Amino acid sequence: MSILINENTRVMTQGMTGKTGLFHTRNCVQYANGKQAFVAGVTPGKGGQQIDGIEIFNTVAEAKQRTGATVSVIYVPPPFAAAAIDEAVKAELDLVICITEGIPVKDMVATRHKMKGSKTILVGPNCPGVITPDEIKIGIMPGYIHKKGSIGVVSRSGTLTYEVVDQLTKLGIGQSSCVGIGGDPVNGTKHLDVVRWFNEDPQTEAIVMCGEIGGTDEEDCGRWIVQHCNKPVVAFIAGVSAPPGKRMGHAGAIVAGGKGTAAEKISVLRECGVSVTDNPAGIGELVKKVLN
Amino acid sequence: MKVHEYQAKEILRRYGVKTPRGEVCTDLSQVPQAIESLDGDIRVVKAQIHAGGRGKGGGVRVTRNESEALQAAKDILGMTLVTAQTAAQGQSVQRLLIEEGIDIVSEIYAGMVVDRAEQQIVLMVSPQGGMEIEEVAARTPEQIHKVHIVPDVGLTDSDARSAAQFAGVDDHLIDKCAALLMSLYKAFTDTDASLVEINPLVVTQDDVIALDAKMTFDESALFRQPDIVEFRDLAEESEAEIAATDAGLSYISLDGNIGCLVNGAGLAMATMDIIKLYGQEPANFLDVGGGATADQVISAFKIMLGNKQVEAVLVNIFGGIMRCDVIAEGLVAALSQIELNVPVVVRLEGTNVERGKEILSESGLVLILADTMDDAAEKVVSAVQGK
Repeated sequence: MSILINENTRVMTQGMTGKTGLFHTRNCVQYANGKQAFVAGVTPGKGGQQIDGIEIFNTVAEAKQRTGATVSVIYVPPPFAAAAIDEAVKAELDLVICITEGIPVKDMVATRHKMKGSKTILVGPNCPGVITPDEIKIGIMPGYIHKKGSIGVVSRSGTLTYEVVDQLTKLGIGQSSCVGIGGDPVNGTKHLDVVRWFNEDPQTEAIVMCGEIGGTDEEDCGRWIVQHCNKPVVAFIAGVSAPPGKRMGHAGAIVAGGKGTAAEKISVLRECGVSVTDNPAGIGELVKKVLN
Repeated sequence: MKVHEYQAKEILRRYGVKTPRGEVCTDLSQVPQAIESLDGDIRVVKAQIHAGGRGKGGGVRVTRNESEALQAAKDILGMTLVTAQTAAQGQSVQRLLIEEGIDIVSEIYAGMVVDRAEQQIVLMVSPQGGMEIEEVAARTPEQIHKVHIVPDVGLTDSDARSAAQFAGVDDHLIDKCAALLMSLYKAFTDTDASLVEINPLVVTQDDVIALDAKMTFDESALFRQPDIVEFRDLAEESEAEIAATDAGLSYISLDGNIGCLVNGAGLAMATMDIIKLYGQEPANFLDVGGGATADQVISAFKIMLGNKQVEAVLVNIFGGIMRCDVIAEGLVAALSQIELNVPVVVRLEGTNVERGKEILSESGLVLILADTMDDAAEKVVSAVQGK
């Protein structure tokens, strides 16, 4: 078991004929079951072509109907990315993973509104993607640092997630699935959603959550954990040293109006029984301790 | 992106929002004519800088006659204004807004932001005009009325009217206030704003007027807002920030002594945090992006070393798809072009890390190599303390 994706998942790449989309799709195809998993590409106007034996379609609906793919990954440039999500939602895919960084907030507000009542799950935007080690990788993360196992990882960032996964793998601790939910202020899946799925996943024994300054999603997740989660949760919150009012790289990483500080998040998570470390180099060790 | 008060007012006027009559001056020679052109004896002289808290810092003065107004302009133009929101060294005032006085009956608050949790734009109004909204929210939250706006419906007339009513606007001005709030929403969405704040919004005998105005804009949407980009004022940004923007780097200057260069925003924050955990303070946030190309690394080092407070640099790169050997070659190419006068600790991790480290140690550059983030933090801190 795992969450969101496994070896049977069938994927289409929206924006596959672009440089980024093609580069990362090729990487994903090379990982584990990727050859069977990546069955379609979508680029309007380029339907009928084939790249590396993968057929390109004009629309998501057509790609779904012809190949049975139920998941899409989006590398479409920012001005058109929200429309790409809308198309995937309209085609009633199960899961849409949007890698694109820099989508205007107004577009995401409109897209999230259109998604109300939809069964499609959106991960991202501005995220590294999702991986279930040794089964399937959908996104831009380096596959080889992962190891199959029982730790669920959820994070708002890319390289910090790789750092955590690398620490775990080097300690011999594998992962069930790793989910990058992205660094944007208006996004799809939240920490709480992913922690809930990990809690229900029999393969997952413990959960690592990486948060950062901005918003209150980590606090919301903590309050859910204390009431419902029956697995240990280890957390690190980035940005203890970040000043208020400054956007720290990610569009969503900003302390505004006194809200969203790392100190507040850490304090709430600790009150909720989450094991929080102040040291980003010590996340793996803390997981090891919690498991014993 | 931030703009000045007078620019925000210019934008809002396009949407029918009333503001006091005023003139912008960038030079003292323009001041007498500006004063002359405004009716009445009362004039308000306002420093135009991007930071808030101008009034408390001495950057806003209400004057009663022409000579007082001229004196205020002389005092404020060119002054270094230090407010709660500027950097410690303050911000030099390059522009003034001189406005006519308004007969105020009451002051209210109106603001709009994107509510992250609800994923909608939210209008906030309060009868407590002129106060920091965060303070009102903390002390008297019942004094704030929020309206969440459904994207394809917009701010409705009835919601706007009840907001105006809540703010305590007299019955005969409710229509005008509601129309103003609806204009604010139109301006907000048309310009891809991330914040609009009218504090105070003043009620006079027969009108509702934006006495102050603050707007910021979504950086991700600037590609489709050429009119807003025109308002960028480079004088308000530090040289380092301008250089960083040009090089495609995400850079924020901080008060500490250890420069850090990292790929990825989350890891960059975590690197700052571990420096603090080991007893020193980061001098900056700097994300070179996933690729960390040689050109970007050169720009990044130039920007960091331009800060004279920097006593050592910590490079922390996790090479994923971009392999460590490629990154190491980029680092060597970059660093051999730069005169390094401070210790540099490099921690590489990820794909082909062994080859990457070999390239660094064979380069002849004086670098301190580290294995883990703990190791790197310890080494950079002892390099600073050993000085």
